[in-house]
Amino acid sequence: MSKLLAILGWGAVAALGALAVGVVAVHRGEPISTLWLVVAAACCYALGFRFYSKFIAVRILALDALRATPAERLENGRDFVVTNKWVVFGHHFAAIAGPGPLVGPVLASQFGYLPGTLWVLAGAVFAGCVQDFVILLFSVRRDGKSVTEMAREEIGRVGGFVAYGAVIAILIIILAVAALVVVNALKGSPWGTFTIAMTIPIALLMGVYLRRIRPGKVLEVSVFGFILVLLAIWGGQWASQTPVVARVFSLQASSLAILIIVYGFAASAVPVWLLLAPRDYLSTFVKLGAIGLLAMGIVVLHPALHMPAVTRFADGTGPVFAGKIFPFAFITIACGAISGFHSLISSGTTPKLIARETQTRVVGYGAMMAESAVAIMAITAACVLQPGIYFAINSPAGVVGQTPVAATATISGWGFPVTASEMQTLAHAVGEQTLFNRTGGAPAFAVGMAHIFSQSLGGERVMGLWYHFAVMFEALFILTLLDAGTRAARFMIQDAMGHIYKPLGRTSWYPSIFITSALIVGAWGYFLWQGVKDPLGGINSLWPLFGISNQLLAAVALCVATTILIKMHRAKYVLVTLAPLAWLVAVTFTAAWQKVLSPDPHLGFLAQARALAAGPATSATPRLIFNNRLDAALTAVLVAMVALLLAESVRGWIGVLSGRREARMKETPFVMTRLAEEQA
Amino acid sequence: MNHVAKAARIFLAALREIFDEAAYSRFLRRSQMASSPAAYAAFWRERESSHGRRPKCC
Repeated sequence: MSKLLAILGWGAVAALGALAVGVVAVHRGEPISTLWLVVAAACCYALGFRFYSKFIAVRILALDALRATPAERLENGRDFVVTNKWVVFGHHFAAIAGPGPLVGPVLASQFGYLPGTLWVLAGAVFAGCVQDFVILLFSVRRDGKSVTEMAREEIGRVGGFVAYGAVIAILIIILAVAALVVVNALKGSPWGTFTIAMTIPIALLMGVYLRRIRPGKVLEVSVFGFILVLLAIWGGQWASQTPVVARVFSLQASSLAILIIVYGFAASAVPVWLLLAPRDYLSTFVKLGAIGLLAMGIVVLHPALHMPAVTRFADGTGPVFAGKIFPFAFITIACGAISGFHSLISSGTTPKLIARETQTRVVGYGAMMAESAVAIMAITAACVLQPGIYFAINSPAGVVGQTPVAATATISGWGFPVTASEMQTLAHAVGEQTLFNRTGGAPAFAVGMAHIFSQSLGGERVMGLWYHFAVMFEALFILTLLDAGTRAARFMIQDAMGHIYKPLGRTSWYPSIFITSALIVGAWGYFLWQGVKDPLGGINSLWPLFGISNQLLAAVALCVATTILIKMHRAKYVLVTLAPLAWLVAVTFTAAWQKVLSPDPHLGFLAQARALAAGPATSATPRLIFNNRLDAALTAVLVAMVALLLAESVRGWIGVLSGRREARMKETPFVMTRLAEEQA
Repeated sequence: MNHVAKAARIFLAALREIFDEAAYSRFLRRSQMASSPAAYAAFWRERESSHGRRPKCC
């Protein structure tokens, strides 16, 4: 009887999901309710988790609840700790959810809501969740080893070297592009700049409070910090309306970039407890609250989507970034569908907390589904805006024109009507001087979020507060990413340099700290500066570079996973990781090819360098030409490294499958668990 | 009601883990120290390297 009920229940979920996806996919003309998106996503995730992840868990990975995990065997109360699965789920989700699933889907909305939605749903269920799940399980079976260590041990030294190079490259590019998003959100915005500037003394105050006054009371101080941040948002309105203060906080993009570079260096060098940790706590507190609030807002208010399902820019002529849906929608949305960066988290802290192997399914597969849901919310926030407004915010001046009249004429000419006065009214409502050319995704997301909430809570009168709350919440994410990423990359460089000159490997030796911090900050700062000075707004060059490197890292992780599956004699199921790997290789290699060699100057780095060389020369021309060539070289090097790893992996697979090579794995031997059911 | 209480307990435990309060409690138990500025400083000395190596995801 219960089996029949289950069949009927899941049949109903499948039918409802098919209906919702069908409506989202085929509806044209009138705006549709966001509820269709919510229902489609909920049904896809439910089916994916119930059936696909179970198939992987039972048939392929053979999760064993009796096998002791490293958290149990190596428990030390510090890194290895047996933890409740929902606690690990929350911890893992807080670590993987950053600004990526908010920004990428907003940018990809230039193609319409449909391509992004389908990629987020299919990509998460069949690729992203699978990657996070299998890498987490393989790390658990290897005492919590990192993906770079697993690449070296299972594929070979080439694998380890490529994984290390890809991690460093992605860290540098992601930090640059994230900083550029903040710069574009804050330039000429005294309200936003004041609010974000205030988060630095608030974080320092929290650090000192935790250290001196109430040691360890993090939740308490986070609530206190959050109240101060809300006061800073409110104070930002005062700052923007007080001419003397507004002048101080109205900064150009280049000034903001310099300040962020200086901040990045300082944050990397000061003790963790003073700035990095409290900012991390504050950011996480705001992040969890804001995501929950947005989810509630979308479900309760379910506004209509005004963006068409597919726009005319599917042909590759989009103003936000150049390139066709294939491959560019699939690299623009990384986090939310599949993100290589997650493999670092899945093989970092999380495997050391897992109590039972069977819990890797809910933590690895489940947390990625939650992140994918955040990406759906971001698509919703972008697509509830009138398309003309969306394009006016996200298009660089170099594409649509320098003045409001020129920009609105260009955008209206594309079939997305918008007027200069409409944009002025909106800018005034959110407390900004202008919303034109706010590339980077964050301002469009903030306007969308403010639009959703202004339909109920406080109405349009408080739209400015909602807008700046959203900007603050994204910028806070990103500055935390800068702190943590710069420091993590610094440690990696110090480890490597320690092989050349031992003192450089000492992470507490100040000359080493300064040299390596300067190297890392200099690297991402260079790309940030390049983005700020780019006449096409920087996002057009840097976001695809980030997408390519992130997806290449996912390809590295899936190579590791495929190699291990083959060594486990699960070759008949290898498509589970091989199919997403093949897809990512097709996407990233095509995107890289087009970004380097396309003859279209809006798309290809080398074509743009040639166009600049042939055009009228200014003092900036040689630098712009060099930057385009540098981007092309970096893309080519990344692709060559992953091609090398792929060749090495395929050689290994053929060797094992043909019986010429022994299928030797570096897995920790089985040890029976001593944990009782209730302990786990 | 029991389910709600259990869910609330787990939610609070997740927050304590995310915000390092649980790690600090474990440190105090392991080192048999009472919470104090000195104990918190020692906790961070132990944690500085591992926390600093942890990148935040994009």
